Amino acid sequence: MTIALETRNLEKSFGGLRVTRDLSLKVMQGARHALIGPNGAGKTTVINQLTGVLTPNSGRILLEGADITGLSVHKRVLRGLSRTFQINQLYADLTPLETIGLAVSERMGRGGDWWRRMGTRADVNAEIAEILSRFHLLDVMTELTATLPYGKQRLLEIAVAIAAKPRVLLLDEPAAGVPESERHDILAAVAALPRDVTVLLIEHDMDLVFSFADRISVLVNGGLLTEGAPDEVARDPQVRAVYLGEAADA
Amino acid sequence: MTALSDVSSHAMASARWRISEVAFWALALACAFLFQSRYLIMTDIVRLGLFALSLDLILGYAGIVSLGHAAFFGVGAYSAGLLALHGIINEPVIALVAAGLVAAVLGFLTSFLVIRGVDLTRLMVTLGIALLLEALAERFSDITGGTDGLQGIEMQPILGLFAFDMFGKTGFFYSLIVLFILFLLARRVVHSPFGLSLRSIKNNPLRAAAIGVPVNRRLIAVYTLAAFYAGIAGALFTQTTALASLDVFSFERSADLMLVLVIGGTGYLYGGLIGAVVFKMLQELFQSITPQYWLFWIGLVLVVIVMVGRARIHRWVLFVPNLVIRQFAGRKAAVAVPESDVS
Repeated sequence: MTIALETRNLEKSFGGLRVTRDLSLKVMQGARHALIGPNGAGKTTVINQLTGVLTPNSGRILLEGADITGLSVHKRVLRGLSRTFQINQLYADLTPLETIGLAVSERMGRGGDWWRRMGTRADVNAEIAEILSRFHLLDVMTELTATLPYGKQRLLEIAVAIAAKPRVLLLDEPAAGVPESERHDILAAVAALPRDVTVLLIEHDMDLVFSFADRISVLVNGGLLTEGAPDEVARDPQVRAVYLGEAADA
Repeated sequence: MTALSDVSSHAMASARWRISEVAFWALALACAFLFQSRYLIMTDIVRLGLFALSLDLILGYAGIVSLGHAAFFGVGAYSAGLLALHGIINEPVIALVAAGLVAAVLGFLTSFLVIRGVDLTRLMVTLGIALLLEALAERFSDITGGTDGLQGIEMQPILGLFAFDMFGKTGFFYSLIVLFILFLLARRVVHSPFGLSLRSIKNNPLRAAAIGVPVNRRLIAVYTLAAFYAGIAGALFTQTTALASLDVFSFERSADLMLVLVIGGTGYLYGGLIGAVVFKMLQELFQSITPQYWLFWIGLVLVVIVMVGRARIHRWVLFVPNLVIRQFAGRKAAVAVPESDVS
């Protein structure tokens, strides 16, 4: 098994606060890896370093063995590392068609085309159609994203990330805030992600984590507490104390 | 595969010409023949419209605010003036493009200062650059003519065929054609994948980068393009008036341009053109009523626009034309101004 995404001794501080402590994480090729941890454990900071929004103070990030620590956000996307957002960051006044069209154009290196109109490239169109139909968005493709039901918006969120044809996908709480009636679609979409895409899931929802992940890392106070298969992690007394215990109380 | 044909037809839908657009340009051409005694003011409007189109490209599409757009207008104006004065390029069209390119080079170089930072920084940086150029133009008076401006510019006939006349007829048609060509180009650009990526950057730069958009490179490109447009507008000014003086760089010119877009709206290309017409007509009207205090009334109009909301005013203004259009073209046809806002 090869390593898809790896961090080596990652450190990040904001002022005197160490939010990432000596974090070494390995995500295997094709894995369904979950990163869990209580609120304030530093999960979002880790994601932001992986995607390039934040630069670590020290340590390295490797994507399929290549050092990407110094690469900008969009270059990492082109290298095959894509993410979804926990809080809605979709384009409210673009349609799903335009949003996916944008992502597909950029991936094909056609985003800088200033002379060609949208919709005139058959290869781009074919891919847009394929993604929209896979995520059940064809019927709403010309509606403004802001007017879509929340569940559809979450689907679009995953669809945009997939449109970049990632080899590693970071899913940041994909089902957060989705009403019970629309949850099934999201879970189905997550379950149906192609097996050759490596997935790192950041999630609060324990049902989703334990039904989806084949490996779990537990983050506490910015450092790795433990790591293992789901049943091992569930039995770990330390984890029960800091995390699952807390969840049970809530 | 119906999904595919749906996708391609919907994707192209936004770039299709609407009846209202054809009507707009037909009306512009009609004005050329209806108001033969008013060529000078109409040329003024066309130039301002082109200049506003330039600001709309960066403000309405990429979300870059600027209070110093006159920098590029001025560089274009002086470039065209110097080229003609010293007989370096005598043919106006080639000189026009050359002047635009000079402005574009300046736009490219200054874009690196402008793309970093937030709105307030951008306002200050763009304002600073324009003031700087104005001061430089004054300092190097042996080249620019200082406060007197460039004197004795003589324009050669366009393409060697059409001489500029004293009524401004040639100048008007020349300006209108240049505006139309550059408008077509801008229209093409904003409906391209490049244009879509600009809108995404304006909406949310962080998200755009996460989709794979090289944000800075796109902003540099559109800023350079807008500088080219502003340079052409400036060059048109010099060529049609045979003048270039320090006020081409003035702060008022940049600020007026912002007013034009506030009146017309941003992000649909026609805002600058409609805004230029309304702005110039209001200016004429107020100046004839009260030559000294016309700025008071412009100020009042501005406050009303912002308070009442542009969308509502557009609906009122378009109420009668839409009634007429519906009679001819059925229920669905209507002139509508897309919602947009100066950020």
